[in-house]
Amino acid sequence: MIRDVALLNADLVCPTGGSSTGGVLVLDGVIAATGVFELPDGVATIDCKGKTLAPAIVDLGVFTIDIPAFHAGGVVRVGLMPDQTPVLDEPGVVQRAALIGRPGLWIHPIAAATRALAGKDLAEMAMNAAAGAKAVGTGERWIADSGVMRKVLAYAGDLGLTVIAQAEDAGILGNAVATAGETATRMGLPSAPALAEPLAIARDLMLAEETGAKLHFRQVTTAAGFDLIRAAKRRGVHVTCGITPAHLLLSDIAMTDFRTFSHVSPPLRDESDRQACLAALADGTIDVLCSGHDPRGPEEKRLPFADSANGMAGAGTLLALSLGMVRDGLITVERLVTMLSATPARIMGLETGTLAVGMPADLMLFDAGAPWLIDGDKMVALAGNTPFDGLPVQGKVLRLWKGGTALI
Amino acid sequence: MPASDHSPATLLPGSAVFPHRHLTGIAGLMPHEITFLLDEAEQWVEANRAKKRDKRLRGLTQINAFFENSTRTLLSFEIAGKRLRADVVNMHAAQSSVKKGETLIDTAMTLNAMRADVIVIRHGSSGAVRLIADKVDCPVLNAGDGAHEHPTQALLDALTIRRRRGSIHNQRVVICGDLLHSRVARSNILALTALAAEVRVCAPSTLMPAGIERMGVTPFTDFDAALEGADVVMMLRLQNERMAGGFVPSNREFHLRYGLTLKRLAKARPGALVMHPGPMNRGVEIDSAVADHVDQSAITEQVEMGVAVRMACLDVLTRRARGVKGWA
Repeated sequence: MIRDVALLNADLVCPTGGSSTGGVLVLDGVIAATGVFELPDGVATIDCKGKTLAPAIVDLGVFTIDIPAFHAGGVVRVGLMPDQTPVLDEPGVVQRAALIGRPGLWIHPIAAATRALAGKDLAEMAMNAAAGAKAVGTGERWIADSGVMRKVLAYAGDLGLTVIAQAEDAGILGNAVATAGETATRMGLPSAPALAEPLAIARDLMLAEETGAKLHFRQVTTAAGFDLIRAAKRRGVHVTCGITPAHLLLSDIAMTDFRTFSHVSPPLRDESDRQACLAALADGTIDVLCSGHDPRGPEEKRLPFADSANGMAGAGTLLALSLGMVRDGLITVERLVTMLSATPARIMGLETGTLAVGMPADLMLFDAGAPWLIDGDKMVALAGNTPFDGLPVQGKVLRLWKGGTALI
Repeated sequence: MPASDHSPATLLPGSAVFPHRHLTGIAGLMPHEITFLLDEAEQWVEANRAKKRDKRLRGLTQINAFFENSTRTLLSFEIAGKRLRADVVNMHAAQSSVKKGETLIDTAMTLNAMRADVIVIRHGSSGAVRLIADKVDCPVLNAGDGAHEHPTQALLDALTIRRRRGSIHNQRVVICGDLLHSRVARSNILALTALAAEVRVCAPSTLMPAGIERMGVTPFTDFDAALEGADVVMMLRLQNERMAGGFVPSNREFHLRYGLTLKRLAKARPGALVMHPGPMNRGVEIDSAVADHVDQSAITEQVEMGVAVRMACLDVLTRRARGVKGWA
């Protein structure tokens, strides 16, 4: 295990320090110097050959622990959603989850905000935090009782924990698997209007504003939802939001022919909302890019659309799909790295996500121009359920380090 | 009931006129392909009335795999197959391994291994028929999948309209009722708009699918307004079994706003055709006086056309396997 290493001749991209060329000196697993520095005696060196060196990805809101997929995608830390079996709602379970992936993958559990995610009684947030939880969340469910949600936000606010919320009004959502519109109507699928999202966001923003709590919406995917968040940010509400590449790059047309790999939650939106997502990405309303990694095998996907499980394997494609948006001029590569690393780390209160001296050497080296073809059959994930199967992309992780230890 | 006065379209030779392996929906069919199936069905209408026998499916096995309860559609497909002398086997959901946890794909592979020559499927989930069709070697006929499609119902409805009105082109057809949960409505919209009918759909907003106007129809919530100048009125029943929670306050309120009564029917064109895919909820979406109207109701004729259409579809889809000249 080499924890002292000098990574030389790289394009450095740091969320706080900006872009530069040079290297990163890692001593005892910690970043000791960046840019141009004097090489200590006896330190191993790696020539990065001009490729991009950036903080490794902190993937906020994954559903499955899938170490090979995360490493292939440049991910060394994940925020694990509480929707596990058993639910992450008590200290023993939280502590166990936090230790599963080490040392190569650090799992930061998002503890359930309510017991069993039932939306009724507060879970032991302080004890779960002491056991390793870095945030609390509602999981893929919505807390219908506004009184309970207010208590969740107030109590989590006391503890300084961010509440990670699902932005879907369950009453409107019902058993929907698609967004109401032409595609869902033609396919005859249970659908709900996109309004389910801003309705939920509006309530939770008001509660967050009143309680002063930190609120993060794991996924926001509608124009109306982004409008609410923009306005709330202007008012100083502590709110952030994330999105996956699927909602930026695909509209509900991708579900045509009952393609269950496009069955995701929230469901894919229409083209106007997709354009609103791209606009929100460009204007900085979106804070986090995440994979929503949720590999599902054929047992759960080779079913009629409404009967299939939602979710997609996203960790391995997160970087490449996101780099496409840099090439399209929507965001800079610095902003991209911020959304992939620094901001998710900040939301979970982690000391990582930048190339600053003193930070753990969680690093990824990638070739932004390397072409490859997304192939579900060849993905290293537990399952290859990606709606992007067959899509040519550019951008590949070459090397990955966690605390200075090379993983790939 | 008048005999057909329709002149069949000039047929192209062989399978070029219907190049589809399965019939999973009306979506994807060209107008001339729909017309071809209707023309093919015409001969079976007359043959059935004349009690002529035909043995063209003799030696072929037709499996009717019904994962969702059905009486009339299953019976119609069974009679259609038997009139063509196919060996017809019915598989009901209650008897199937699906109840024991077997996946749909496994069931499809089992059916395939039994070397069926044609499989007719009804399933409660949209897209299920398509999923099976991709896994079997023989033609698959969709007998209704979720709220997606019910293509033979649309064909029999189109045949009924064509025979009674002389043409589908330019007919003003009003489809009223539970559109949200209706596969019949979707297939009919696709078929009738493809054949250049003017289609109006009518339902309370709670039962109106989003974006339906993009399927080339005009939505109405006022039934009386929708009926103005209608040539055909097609009623749909409230599918309470598909509803989670109430979409309308009560049956009697639904009848008040959307029930087809004689008084309401008078707003349509004189002699307008009344249709219903059945089963009917008399006194809810349709009054008995309308349903049983000797001149205007085509409801029993729809059932008759159903057998003919299904015979035609079974015949056409098995031609390749039977080595019919031009279809091999």
